[in-house]
Amino acid sequence: MLSALIALPLVAAFIVAMLARVAPSQTRLPGVVMTLASLGGFALLAVSLGTILDGGTLDASSTWVEALDWTLSFRLDGLSALFALLITGIGALIGWYGRAYMGEDARNARFFATLLLFQAGMLIAVTADSFAILFVGWELTSVTSFVLIGFKHEDPEARRSAQHALFVTAAGGLAMLGGLILLGVETDTWRFSELARADVDALDATIASWALGLILLGALTKSAQFPFHGWLPGAMAAPTPVSAYLHSATMVKLGVYLVARFQPALGGLDLWGTVLPAVGGFTMVLGAILSVRERDLKRVLAYSTVSALGWMILLAGLGTTDALKALGVTVIAHGAYKAAMFMTAGTIDHETGTRDRLALGGLRRSMPLLGLSAGIAAVSMAGLPPALGFLSKETTLAAGFEEDAAWLLALGVAGMGALTLVSAWAAGVAPFLGAPTESAGHAHEGSPGLWAPVALLALLGVIAGIAGPVLLPPFLDQVVTAAYGKPYETHLTFFTGFDPVFFSSALAIGGGFVLVRFHRAMPGIPWFRSSTPVIVQGILDGLARLAVGVERVTQHGSLPVYIATALIVTVSPLLAVTAYAGPLADLEVEADPLVAAMAAVVGIAAFAAARSRTRIRSVAALGATGFGITLIFLYFGAPDLAMTQALVETLTVILFIFAFRFLPIRREREDLRRHYAALAIAGVAGLATTGLTLLVVNNGRDDNLRRSFEAASYPDARGTNVVNTILVDFRALDTLGEISVLAIAALGILALLRLTGRGASRVARIDNPRVLRTAARAVLPLLVVFAFFLFLRGHDQPGGGFVAGLVTAAGVALYAMAYNARVARRLLRVPPRSLMAAGLVVAAAAAGFGTWEHPLLTGQWTVVTLPGDNELKLGTPLFFDFGVFLVVLGVASALATALLEEQR
Amino acid sequence: MEVLLAPIVGLLFACAVYLLLQRSLGHIIIGLALLSNAANLFIFVASGLGDGAAPIVDTATNAPPAGSADPVPQALILTAIVIGFGVLAFFITLAYRVYRITGTDDLEALPAADRPSTEDGQRA
Repeated sequence: MLSALIALPLVAAFIVAMLARVAPSQTRLPGVVMTLASLGGFALLAVSLGTILDGGTLDASSTWVEALDWTLSFRLDGLSALFALLITGIGALIGWYGRAYMGEDARNARFFATLLLFQAGMLIAVTADSFAILFVGWELTSVTSFVLIGFKHEDPEARRSAQHALFVTAAGGLAMLGGLILLGVETDTWRFSELARADVDALDATIASWALGLILLGALTKSAQFPFHGWLPGAMAAPTPVSAYLHSATMVKLGVYLVARFQPALGGLDLWGTVLPAVGGFTMVLGAILSVRERDLKRVLAYSTVSALGWMILLAGLGTTDALKALGVTVIAHGAYKAAMFMTAGTIDHETGTRDRLALGGLRRSMPLLGLSAGIAAVSMAGLPPALGFLSKETTLAAGFEEDAAWLLALGVAGMGALTLVSAWAAGVAPFLGAPTESAGHAHEGSPGLWAPVALLALLGVIAGIAGPVLLPPFLDQVVTAAYGKPYETHLTFFTGFDPVFFSSALAIGGGFVLVRFHRAMPGIPWFRSSTPVIVQGILDGLARLAVGVERVTQHGSLPVYIATALIVTVSPLLAVTAYAGPLADLEVEADPLVAAMAAVVGIAAFAAARSRTRIRSVAALGATGFGITLIFLYFGAPDLAMTQALVETLTVILFIFAFRFLPIRREREDLRRHYAALAIAGVAGLATTGLTLLVVNNGRDDNLRRSFEAASYPDARGTNVVNTILVDFRALDTLGEISVLAIAALGILALLRLTGRGASRVARIDNPRVLRTAARAVLPLLVVFAFFLFLRGHDQPGGGFVAGLVTAAGVALYAMAYNARVARRLLRVPPRSLMAAGLVVAAAAAGFGTWEHPLLTGQWTVVTLPGDNELKLGTPLFFDFGVFLVVLGVASALATALLEEQR
Repeated sequence: MEVLLAPIVGLLFACAVYLLLQRSLGHIIIGLALLSNAANLFIFVASGLGDGAAPIVDTATNAPPAGSADPVPQALILTAIVIGFGVLAFFITLAYRVYRITGTDDLEALPAADRPSTEDGQRA
């Protein structure tokens, strides 16, 4: 059931998003989808209500990260059900209202998809049993709230408000995450249902305070408590359905929910009993005062929401059964009347074009149904009998009189009650009374969607108020049981007798009706200027400036400096490692004159390559380096490497011929600073790599790997050339990856060349010496035969697919130089690209051959007897090597021909 | 013998790094080629040099001759040489494209081409 409840809005969001693609003209459909999805969720909850009322819970859980013992666990108890019903029930009405309010806006799909995502986040948060899930849902609501506040993103004010809200709630969310993790680590409990007060009592007091403090930061920011309340009035920049749904009825109550959820486990901590009632009570009164000072209807309601949230935080903080009972009633009552009041404000704005309450009046003539509905909703908001709002205030006062500071609480609640009555009047009644003002001119009732949801919620408030004492207690029992941690039976009554509760309530109502007379004058009353938007804006601007500063330092745009930075960062640790490695004791210095000569060749050539000022000298020096290394390979028993290096060196020369046909070798202007900096970095790199080489040699190496390969080479891989058996058998998967990389690099090159916009049809004219042509013709067949020979013997002797491919490609390249690229390509019969593809297919097929019996890449061999008693071993590794051959041939000849084809 | 070759490895790296720090694309290409040679030689030397015998198994003893070279780094270097060639070719082509589009081979002049186009479609 729970998974369906959460999946419903997610699926609906997806459908709405898809609708925007499939039927962009159906701008009214997304609202319908939201209503249906919300009703579906509401129905699911209603069906399970029986279980909840019997004191049971609904659980769902599945494994998330097994190693961390994280489970996706959800639980629906009375407290969760209260919020979930509110979320889905009001969601359905918001869908209906939003459909009418947003009209034919082309961005409706985005709007409702985000609202549905928000709904999913809310449902996840209030049904989460594990801390991690709660956090995920919590953050999803913060992010969707950000998007929705900034929905009119053309408006800089909306963008600023959205940033402000996100900054405050996301910072609070992070603090909460820290608190949750601290609590989870210290108690070793990551689920609400398993966290008991005993676990918390066993904690160190400091740690418990830290965990609670951080968690409360999350709750207080989300519920817009002083001093974090500044973001909520700003959030009124959002379209009104958002204000009604997120910023009064549901999201801002998440903080209250969190406090109630933690009350059984953490409610005993000192910090709890002091911070929550103090902050909540202060916010309650402050919000009520700020509310009546506003002219904008939505801001009136926003501050009254701040006040109501303070009220709820106060009740949750008191944590007695009576306070929690009052909390349950208040959450329902506030959700119903505040959403209705917001929708009223939205409709008035929609019809008259203004939300200035001093400029509004007489709307009862043009909008009688809305006026009637708003009036009924205002009764509940004002806390008048017989509406539910009255019950919520009565139960609150009753809970307050159990406390030590009873009279302070009663005074606060009564004052808040009186001021809220004024707000209710100002926002829900006054605009409809009196003579019609100028702004009332074109107003009319509008479609049912603009007033019927208001009427429904208003009537619900009154019905729930009248029938409340009978209907609500069974449900409230479960809410209080969940939030208190012990079973509890509640009772609700309108009239408790002529007791302090009665007199406080009378004071609130009487005071309210006196103050209402002056409600039009209240916006003029001087008050402290709120500095929170300024502070938050300052922080945000500072962050932006910091980002710009960091960007200026790190992303300065000079490529050489990037390269230098990368090199320094790479090389410095090497130098450090080498420097700290200690004496290189085991090294013995020998001086074989031949080796010394080869070393000298490589060294001098490298130096020349670095210092030469002309292209041809650079390329020649580079070639000399390569061939010197080839000799070293050959001398020290690496014939395979020597062959490969020599061939690659040859092909590289062709690359450079291409490169320097167009690229100048610049004569550097004598920039000495650059020169010395480069020398210094180069020197460090040289020292570091020399040291590293010596270090590795000095420390010796483990021979196990080579021994195992050598021992297995002939018996298992049927080849005596260990290098080749490693490549095509033992580590063939690596080779397969490498030839794929090679093919991808070649495709990238071909794509880059094609970008020049000139087809391959135009061929560069090169003056080809006749000698070269003749030589190419004579040499090519020899090269092919030689490659064939190298390939065949490669498994046992130096050679193999890589070398054979390079030899053949060298022949092709020679042809390309002697004639032209087109002739060379014709020689291959198939395009080089096809050769690469074929090679990859052959290699993959050889790798996969036999997988129905053996693991991937197991060599399969068969012996074919040839005439003359010669035996030919055939096996999948040979075919694999053939694939390598094809890829290398394809890549090398593609490069050689394509590059030579490019015109200057 | 490794002691003799280690400074050569260092020198190759130093020359490669020096070239990579130059302003012109041509120098950087040569530096890149040198760098791949340096890396290959580093692996070869650092893994220890044998007596010069190739790692070819004698079928009679099922072992390569005594003092033969280590085949594991050789297999590593062999593919590294070929891939290094591929990467070098790719870089050369890229440099070619950059030069064709921007008309400069000077790295200090390139960032200007990296900026977003201005409103009239011209490069800043």
